[in-house]
Amino acid sequence: MTAPARPDERGRFGEYGGRFAPETLMPALAELEAAFVAAREDPAFCAGLETLLRDFVGRPTPLYRAARLSEELGLDLLLKREDLAHTGAHKINNTVGQGLLARRMGKPRVIAETGAGQHGVATATACALLGLECEVFMGAVDVARQALNVERMLMLGAKVTPVTSGAGTLKDAVSAALRDWVATVESTHYIIGSVVGPHPFPWIVREFQRVIGEETITQLGDRRPDLVVACVGGGSNSMGMFFPFVGKGVDLVGVEAAGHGIATGRHGASLSAGSPGVLHGARTYLLQDEQGQVLEAHSISAGLDYPGVGPEHAYFKDQGLARYESATDGEALDAMDLLSRTEGIIPALEPAHALAWVWRERAALAGKTVVLCLSGRGDKDVAEAAAARGRR
Amino acid sequence: MSLGESFARAGTENRALLLPYGMAGLPGAAASVELFAAMAEAGADGFEVGIPYADPLMDGPVIQEAGARAIAGGMTLAGGLEVASQVAERTGLPCFVMTYVNPILRMGVDAFSRRAAAAGVQAIIVADLPVDEAGPFREAAAAAGIGVVAFAAPTTTDDRLDLIAEWRPPFVYGIAEMGVTGERAHSSDRSSALVERIRARTDVPVVLGVGISGPEAARRAASIADGVIVGSALVRRVLQAENPGAASTAVSAAVAELASAVRR
Repeated sequence: MTAPARPDERGRFGEYGGRFAPETLMPALAELEAAFVAAREDPAFCAGLETLLRDFVGRPTPLYRAARLSEELGLDLLLKREDLAHTGAHKINNTVGQGLLARRMGKPRVIAETGAGQHGVATATACALLGLECEVFMGAVDVARQALNVERMLMLGAKVTPVTSGAGTLKDAVSAALRDWVATVESTHYIIGSVVGPHPFPWIVREFQRVIGEETITQLGDRRPDLVVACVGGGSNSMGMFFPFVGKGVDLVGVEAAGHGIATGRHGASLSAGSPGVLHGARTYLLQDEQGQVLEAHSISAGLDYPGVGPEHAYFKDQGLARYESATDGEALDAMDLLSRTEGIIPALEPAHALAWVWRERAALAGKTVVLCLSGRGDKDVAEAAAARGRR
Repeated sequence: MSLGESFARAGTENRALLLPYGMAGLPGAAASVELFAAMAEAGADGFEVGIPYADPLMDGPVIQEAGARAIAGGMTLAGGLEVASQVAERTGLPCFVMTYVNPILRMGVDAFSRRAAAAGVQAIIVADLPVDEAGPFREAAAAAGIGVVAFAAPTTTDDRLDLIAEWRPPFVYGIAEMGVTGERAHSSDRSSALVERIRARTDVPVVLGVGISGPEAARRAASIADGVIVGSALVRRVLQAENPGAASTAVSAAVAELASAVRR
């Protein structure tokens, strides 16, 4: 089976995606799509992006065999080291690309939402690099639990605007960014941080992130993994990793945040436990009540604390192109410790969910070759993890 | 009275229609019906009954807060249609409901359209439903005998206005100011060019809303459009009132001023 290279003319992946956006934004979405299509065909744009990815971001990131952990797990574990990309996560792949697009469209101001702060830092970084004004919307709860990244954004010259509406987390930050954009769209580009939002965002972000999977395939050479696993919040690192592997006979597993446990209702597992609806401009799986009000998600990981998911993942799920599992807060914390102590790599809590699933399934995966997208490093989560362990 | 008749009569009376927005369920279901009735007494010509949604991308802080309070008070999509039904019955004026896509999908587009029609609603306004996605909603509404309102913004391109003209909605909701709903200290006057561009393409009525804060802005809007929607300026008075009686007094006074402002 294969996945469509791009969504249809209505921005749909099967029945998911689309453009459920206020009319004020619609011309900008069309302009963005046209600019992206033209940029991809412009050798100067592509060469510029490639140079920045190599010399500024530090690509290709290594594909690293975790020898001690492989032994402990009884399988062959290869880590795609997105944590080694500049700013410490895969988010920079997208922000450098979209920053170049913003400049190409002549928009001097950029806005972004952020949950864990990694996308906010990556956007602030790209804006500093490219000379763009930057404002990042961040839920007030996340501002408190991700103080390090807030300081990084300020140091990079961005304005950080706390969002107090709703639960003060990622969903509310996306809503606040979209509301700002409705007013400022003529001079502002919205660098959305995941494969979510109205078309063309899910497609553009996947295209800027697919470098993860493409590099991995190159680095594997003749080897073919049995399974590729990545965490899924909005789903940008996983889609970037999965997309190039579709149709290559490799199992693709996305791991969502089970929070306190799916049964408690306090989780972020929209594919595993949600239902189709429309959130932030796209039809996709989401957590909602019987009235169609979107529910608050919960995860110890701010980056997975989102009640929706990219529409292409919804399509992958329905088509069986990937399967979606989940791991709890506690399992993710244990996995964070595990990787830190066996490999000397402190992962972010987001990819720790993917490792937690591998740990739980290690018996079934015995002897297999598993590629795990280590989407970010864990500095930002050290305080959160210490608090959860009762050490602070 | 039908919406078409209202527009025609307002035209002969040389004024625009005043179409206030109110939030169903604020400060309570029954109290919100009373507020609409009071606005009818004060000179409103019809109503946009807001049905709360927790993630309203097109709404500023006032309507966000109003929606959050209404949801906390138990207001639902079905409850909002019941409020609209009572308002239509009590006042005999045209009523529209405004909400967002997801609650409608949850109820089912067909079921929602039938229930809205049964409630006496003449048109639905869906803030995150552009012409590109409106097809199934328009078909279901048409089958139920009601309309779907089309939005046009200052940023809307001419080719998109052509699509809206083909649509022939009950009216075009012209977005007077860039940005989300809410009062503005200054108006941009981008609406005249927008109204001209719409009128060059279609004879369906044009109603201006978003950012129309008071009588001055309403007067300017009424000089070029067939109707004027005022939302946040009224809803803010309800939020600030100490009790439903005070809300009714404050909103009635504001509506009376606006009603005289929309006379040309």
